[in-house]
Amino acid sequence: MSTFWIQNARVIDPATKRDAVGELYISDGKFVTAFSAAAKKRAKKIDATGLVACPGLIDVHVHFREPGQTHKETIATGSRAAAAGGFTTVVCMPNTAPVADNAGTIQLINDSVRRDAVVRVLPTGCITVGMKGAALAPIGSLKRAGVVAITDDGDCVQSNELMRRACEYAKMFDLPIMDHCQDHSMTVGAVMNEGVMSTRLGLRGWPNAAEDLIVARNAILSEHTGAHIHLQHISSRHSVDIIRRAKARGVKITAEATPHHIALTDESLATYDTHFKMNPPLRTEEDRRAIIAGLRDGTIDIIATDHAPHTDYEKDKEFDFAPNGILGLETALPVTLAILLRQEKFKLPFVIDLMTRRPAQLLGLPAGTLAEGAAADLCLFNLNEDWTYDAKAGFSKSSNSPWHGTTLTGRVKTTFVGGKIVFAQGKIS
Amino acid sequence: MPWTRRHLLTIEELSLAEIGQIHATATAFKKILSRSVKKVPALRGKTIVNLFLEPSTRTRMAFDMAAKRLSADVISLDGASSSTTKGETLRDTAENIRALGADMIILRHAAAGSPLYLSKFLDIPVINAGDGAHEHPTQGLLDTFTMLEHLGSLKGRKVVILGDILFSRVARSNIHALTKLGAAVTLVGPSTLVPHWFTDLGVKVSHDLRSALADAEVVMLLRIQHERQSSGHFPSLGEYTSMFGLNKTRASWLNPKAIIMHPGPINRGVEIDSELADGDRSVILEQVTNGIAVRMAVLYLCSGGQPESVMPATA
Repeated sequence: MSTFWIQNARVIDPATKRDAVGELYISDGKFVTAFSAAAKKRAKKIDATGLVACPGLIDVHVHFREPGQTHKETIATGSRAAAAGGFTTVVCMPNTAPVADNAGTIQLINDSVRRDAVVRVLPTGCITVGMKGAALAPIGSLKRAGVVAITDDGDCVQSNELMRRACEYAKMFDLPIMDHCQDHSMTVGAVMNEGVMSTRLGLRGWPNAAEDLIVARNAILSEHTGAHIHLQHISSRHSVDIIRRAKARGVKITAEATPHHIALTDESLATYDTHFKMNPPLRTEEDRRAIIAGLRDGTIDIIATDHAPHTDYEKDKEFDFAPNGILGLETALPVTLAILLRQEKFKLPFVIDLMTRRPAQLLGLPAGTLAEGAAADLCLFNLNEDWTYDAKAGFSKSSNSPWHGTTLTGRVKTTFVGGKIVFAQGKIS
Repeated sequence: MPWTRRHLLTIEELSLAEIGQIHATATAFKKILSRSVKKVPALRGKTIVNLFLEPSTRTRMAFDMAAKRLSADVISLDGASSSTTKGETLRDTAENIRALGADMIILRHAAAGSPLYLSKFLDIPVINAGDGAHEHPTQGLLDTFTMLEHLGSLKGRKVVILGDILFSRVARSNIHALTKLGAAVTLVGPSTLVPHWFTDLGVKVSHDLRSALADAEVVMLLRIQHERQSSGHFPSLGEYTSMFGLNKTRASWLNPKAIIMHPGPINRGVEIDSELADGDRSVILEQVTNGIAVRMAVLYLCSGGQPESVMPATA
């Protein structure tokens, strides 16, 4: 296995509080603190002058569509998009076809991952059989098959009793429960945020309250059962408030925000562009600001993309009929930097923390650090490089991104997984 | 000022001057409708396709009639007979219609924004004949045309729109047209069907019928749909009628010269008493007739006609 000597990078590792221009040494797939003179001679030298070197990014929320929806994305294409975006570990959602509600399907996914993936792809399993919200899935078997969490993402468990039992049961296996917080009875036919914009556009609105109710429910059930519930893609300002208060009481909940919810609002829907249609929907400026404040004070723990590929012909429809979701992996870093670093003046190590150490910690993954002995998962990026994002030329099989054709600042140059270069010079290797 | 718009998608995007041009053109066309030969050659040789993917009788017939009065060839296609029931996308349906040689598409669709969507890839004019709960621009134009005929000007005049505003494209188009024309608009109905968000569009929202109707010069009623009852928007049609139905007593609160309007279809005895619908303050059937003149104007202008050339060409 190659050894690498990365020189002159601004090395940022939130886990070890490192932020200085310096060097990184990779040997046998791991970070080491120093090389001998002989090792230095042998090592491949990478001049990273002007680049940031940080732990490979971690995304706990992606949809790779395999098995069953491989016209949208596959583990091969999705993991390449991840590598190009600087991600080295991703967690994929179980709403495949069939859904991942049994050990056999998880095994199938893991086989594909071993064969096709260029980054670490970790599966989740369903909370309920068929993601139908009626009966618990075999959560123990799912755990044994290797899931890192359970979730009915996209189909929030509506029964409070079933959710309570899922919490109690999953806790036995130390499995976090990820929940897409949505009260279905309040969102029938809804395609966007309920408010001034939905009123103007004549589109059916999904009110903040439909998220807030389930966020509150989950805080209560987490407190009641002691289970770790992770609240996915928070979009409502009231939810941020509920989470903040629950955390202050010591409730074991965590939360994520997506780059799109911190960057965009429902004003973007003025032309019914389906590339701004996702679930939960883009909300108002007040909500956007509250989510950013939540990230700032730790109420919201991490950034996650909800990378949700759909083909052009699926998105090219009347707004009501287009599927929810947008790509995220290849734009997450520059979009997050644009908002949190440049607009909101977060410190760079803190922004990186939201995408590395913290998501690793949230799921107990041995990743997200450059510390000695850790797997050499690394992202080298140019903080200030402007580039035009062409979604059609990207690595994902789909191109449904609201950032297609826009200029982004901050570009991933090289991605290492386990000490191997998987992405460099714009190419997957 | 020349007319430059090819599509008519919303009233929200029209300027006051453009609304005036449509109304002026409609006035000229209305004169033709009372002649013995009710036809002009303005759109001879043009093919207009009425693509109605949601049920409609009045609007579809009015567009049909308007196109025929302008000597266009008209083909009407409804949801049940179109390929959309076989899974064809709206884009493919529209591009096929274009390939067949249509010069204009009039679209009625349950999905808000669909006319705008078509206009982005079609090189022929798209006319919105109602898109979901978004807009129904020709209805807003014919309603304000009718109001102007009766009131002369709408500046500062009190107009009440009463009923299911939330799900109404007619309400939205009228709100935009009326506010541009300077009317003082109040929306009235149960709070579940008239959410406060509408105030952002420059209108008042009220749930008190008496104060809202006081001295109003126009009251426009909107149909109450039975489905709203099962979705929990109000308890029952009976309760709706008792709280918000327009009857003789309530009509007496209006300005004595007030006109009563309804875009149809009306539910007699629900949102309006039969007597009032047929009474001498009702202009409901005038609205229907004006709908032809206004739609002639829209078809004519969006086909490249100019407002000032209507009279010489048709005299």
